Amino acid sequence: MTALRRHRKLSAIWSSEPGFRGWFSSVNHSDLGRMFLVTAFFFFLVGGVLAMLIRAQLATPHSAFADAGAFAQFFTMHGTIMMFLFAIPTFEGLAIYLLPKMLGTRDLAFPRLTAYGYWCYAFGGSMLLVALVFGIAPDGGWFMYPPLTGPLHSPGINTDFWLIGITFVEISAICAAVELCVSILKYRAPGMSLDKMPIFAWYALVTALMILTGFPPLILGSVLLELERAFGLPFFQADLGGDSLLWQHLFWLFGHPEVYIIFLPAAGVISTIIPVMARTTLLGYGWIVASAVALAFLSFGLWVHHMFTTGIPLMGLAFFSAASTLVAVPTGVQVFAWIGTLWKGRPEMHLPMLHIFGFFFTFVIGGLTGVMVAVVPFDWQAHDTAFITAHLHYVLFGGFVFPILAGIYYWLPLVSGRKRFFRLGEVAFALIFLGFHGTFLAMHWVGLMGQRRRIETYDAETGWGAINLISSISSFIMAIGLAMVLIDVLIHAFVAVRGGRNPWKAGTLEWASMSPPPAYNFASLPHVTSRDAFHGDPGLANRLAKGEGYLGDPQSARRETLTVDIATGDPDFMVIYPGNTRLPILMAAVTGLFFLSILIKLYWLTPLALAGVAALALVWVWRLGARTDAGPQDAGRGVTLALAGETEKSPGWWGSVFLLVANATFFGSLLFGYAFLWTVAPGWPPQDWLAPSLVELGIGGAAALTSALAMRLAIRGNRHRARPLPGLAFALTATLVTAVTFAMLLSRVPPPDGHAYAATLFVLGSYALCHALIAGLMLAFAIARARRGYTSPARQAEFHIVSLWTDYLAVIATLSLLAAHLPGFLA
Amino acid sequence: MLAGAAAILALVLGLLLAAFRRRGTASDEAAGVKVWIIGLGFVFSMSVLAALTVYGLFAGQRLMPGAGAGVEAGVGTRVGADVVSVSAEARQWSWRFAYDDRPDHITDDVLHIPAGRPVDVAITTTDVVHSFWVPRLAGKLDAIPGHVNTLRIEADTPGTYQGLTAEYNGPGYRAHVFTVEAHDAQSWDAFVAGDRQ
Ligand code: HEM
Ligand SMILES: [Cu+2]
Repeated sequence: MTALRRHRKLSAIWSSEPGFRGWFSSVNHSDLGRMFLVTAFFFFLVGGVLAMLIRAQLATPHSAFADAGAFAQFFTMHGTIMMFLFAIPTFEGLAIYLLPKMLGTRDLAFPRLTAYGYWCYAFGGSMLLVALVFGIAPDGGWFMYPPLTGPLHSPGINTDFWLIGITFVEISAICAAVELCVSILKYRAPGMSLDKMPIFAWYALVTALMILTGFPPLILGSVLLELERAFGLPFFQADLGGDSLLWQHLFWLFGHPEVYIIFLPAAGVISTIIPVMARTTLLGYGWIVASAVALAFLSFGLWVHHMFTTGIPLMGLAFFSAASTLVAVPTGVQVFAWIGTLWKGRPEMHLPMLHIFGFFFTFVIGGLTGVMVAVVPFDWQAHDTAFITAHLHYVLFGGFVFPILAGIYYWLPLVSGRKRFFRLGEVAFALIFLGFHGTFLAMHWVGLMGQRRRIETYDAETGWGAINLISSISSFIMAIGLAMVLIDVLIHAFVAVRGGRNPWKAGTLEWASMSPPPAYNFASLPHVTSRDAFHGDPGLANRLAKGEGYLGDPQSARRETLTVDIATGDPDFMVIYPGNTRLPILMAAVTGLFFLSILIKLYWLTPLALAGVAALALVWVWRLGARTDAGPQDAGRGVTLALAGETEKSPGWWGSVFLLVANATFFGSLLFGYAFLWTVAPGWPPQDWLAPSLVELGIGGAAALTSALAMRLAIRGNRHRARPLPGLAFALTATLVTAVTFAMLLSRVPPPDGHAYAATLFVLGSYALCHALIAGLMLAFAIARARRGYTSPARQAEFHIVSLWTDYLAVIATLSLLAAHLPGFLA
Repeated sequence: MLAGAAAILALVLGLLLAAFRRRGTASDEAAGVKVWIIGLGFVFSMSVLAALTVYGLFAGQRLMPGAGAGVEAGVGTRVGADVVSVSAEARQWSWRFAYDDRPDHITDDVLHIPAGRPVDVAITTTDVVHSFWVPRLAGKLDAIPGHVNTLRIEADTPGTYQGLTAEYNGPGYRAHVFTVEAHDAQSWDAFVAGDRQ
């Protein structure tokens, strides 16, 4: 087969539907990555316009352009859009687009999930846009502190848009994070052991893990606040046993890691580009990986530094203050490793490097002011002034926007297959750089003079007018620069001349694909033997195109790739992907219906939408798998592999593991909230505890444990005698008993709108009930699959996935029951 | 602090630019790790941070009511006859002040204190989160529903000081300000005795 015929054949198998219809049914990572990026930059534009409105209003004293209410919507939406709808999705888009190419494989682990995540993002983001257009946008500041955002002080729908829209968008972040974790760990070119992974993959992995553990606290907070707003469950009301501080903890448990979730991918981009620009390899690869991991760990210990002024005891302050400054160490290690890399090689000044220079200058200043802010007494003076806003932009713009601009210019030739020919980019950089520093140096300055953030105007006597005017004019200069980048990119994408492969002479595998890359990325998969796989081997691209790698022989119409052992990178299974489908967009739409029904209080629709989601999820998984054993498959180069469905730890199993990590963080945050309210909130203990019942505790706990054990029985029955059904039926019964116990518990909970205790119990019980039902549904599904012949001793993957969920149920059911009954026994 | 920050910035940028000017031989990986990662990355950042943290803790101690006491406790070991206790209650959008030394009296948007004596302000709120801040007297402390936070302030000289709210609390946020009047000993006594207003 010639390279061209192979290309035609693979394209026929992998292509999306032609034209715009393809957008709705594509599950291809290159398509979806681009869609993510385009949408994210659209939101950057919206957020930027809002920033311009803010700066226009503040340019002069006593400006009458926006009143306090409109101004509040401006800054709240600016912050919200930039953090949730621009920064995080930009990371997702970049990682989704690049990773399979960098890792030398054909797609991500769960193509349909990629698409589902994208549509959740698009629909959730649209909700917020609608709110903005109609002037009913959230207005409590991007961290939405109750009671200001509670039902009493913000009765309008504005806050609900935030809570519901952002939660919807976060589903997309969780989906992407699960997918990236599994993809990076399992979906690599054979031979690419962990220590040969491109550095960007390490950063993306750490970031994805942080999303899985950082977002659930905020999702929980949003759920609780929405329950308070919609149904009066008083989690944040001090007179009913709630505490508004709980929100602050949950928010910053998310909010601080969020800053690193934004920074780490950018650092990954920098670590990728710098060695290429300096014609060398990265200095201290292992050290950089270690400091990224250290940063991730430290950042979770730091949330309290946003609450220095809430009245935390001094010992606590000392601890968090020290920890906050400690994060500067791994950051310092990375910064110096990058400079050391430049010293090690022979750096050349191309456009991406200019933006990286912008990053260094800006980010180091931001880091230094950050260390100042972390020093407690200084924070008491600077907290909530324009100084903080300015610091935050030095970190976010310096640490994210500049690196991303560098990344855009670096990878643009790959995406478009073209060459830049105007010098527009250099001019744009100069405008952005000067404009940025003009804007925010001025804001540091007025902040120190006492200008608070979030004020819609100020008096002329304050003497802040001139500085604010400088800031506003500079911000418009920056905006012109950013607009020029946009024009530059458009010119590049549509009219520039065609360029050759690998213009930067980079060593990572994405450049061994064609430019622009075809839907299948590589006609055959490489065998990787070094970190810079493409560097010492320029003939690699041609050999791959000629089918000399793995899976170079497209036999049937299957989308094939293979997975590898996590540590060593030896190939272990073959994967068949699902093809184009509209199921993801449909499921996202029905998920959206669920959120919409809560937003506009059409509660009869809520259970219907949920049932719809469950039904679609069943269709989703039903479509996978086969009714006969396929046996070992030829993967090329003399390797035969089993199909992933015929193993214990299939991709779905790994996906469940990471989803459960996020889920467990959610549950842990809920228990934290319970303990926090109990010990800190005024108005505790409640008047009476739930009447404890040994019977309920015993039956519920035993049933949940039984379902986990019975599931193991089913697996053994399947393996040895091909008879999973008795075990499955047993497990299903036990799961249903668990569900009934929790339903009874819920019926005995005191009125949840009376006290935060009852409200918390209600949520805890509902959470457990919900998981019992999910496990029940999965077991029923497994029974149906077994009866229809979709399982066999070899095709066992589904049972192992269900087993994970019954195990999880056993753990959370037991803990929930203990948390519900113990206080009553102790009292 | 500013000078130190500027020095670090200059160092980093200097090293960065020098990388482009340098035309020597390329250094090897092991030597690079020693200099850049161990030397500059670890040792250098650690020592800067250690210095800053120590400084921060000492400065923080001085601002607290009582040596190291929890802010919520309100009573520290340094509380003596000399310390004046007042309370501040925030609402959308005003401040109401009450005085231990003059139990029946409240003032709105004006806080009276004696100059030259430490004052413990017990801060709380009737509605949303606010923050009590008199920039020239002390850092800020939040007013949180259901909690009372105590902040020590002290005015060295008699006079009027501007007070602000420093946590967004709704559309009246900007105008949510108050003044602190620091009295000399004589007029403070008069205030406490009640023949001032
Ligand atoms: C495009 C250039 C940008 C300009 C000119 C700009 C300007 C501003 C201004 C003036 C404020 C202060 C509003 C106030 O408190 O009075 C603000 C707030 C904020 N900005 Fe930006 N910004 C820009 C980009 C970004 C980016 C890229 C991010 C994040 C990735 C971001 C995140 C935020 C956040 C989180 C706030 C706080 C919102 C709040 O107080 O609730 N901004 N921005
Ligand atoms: Cu933080």
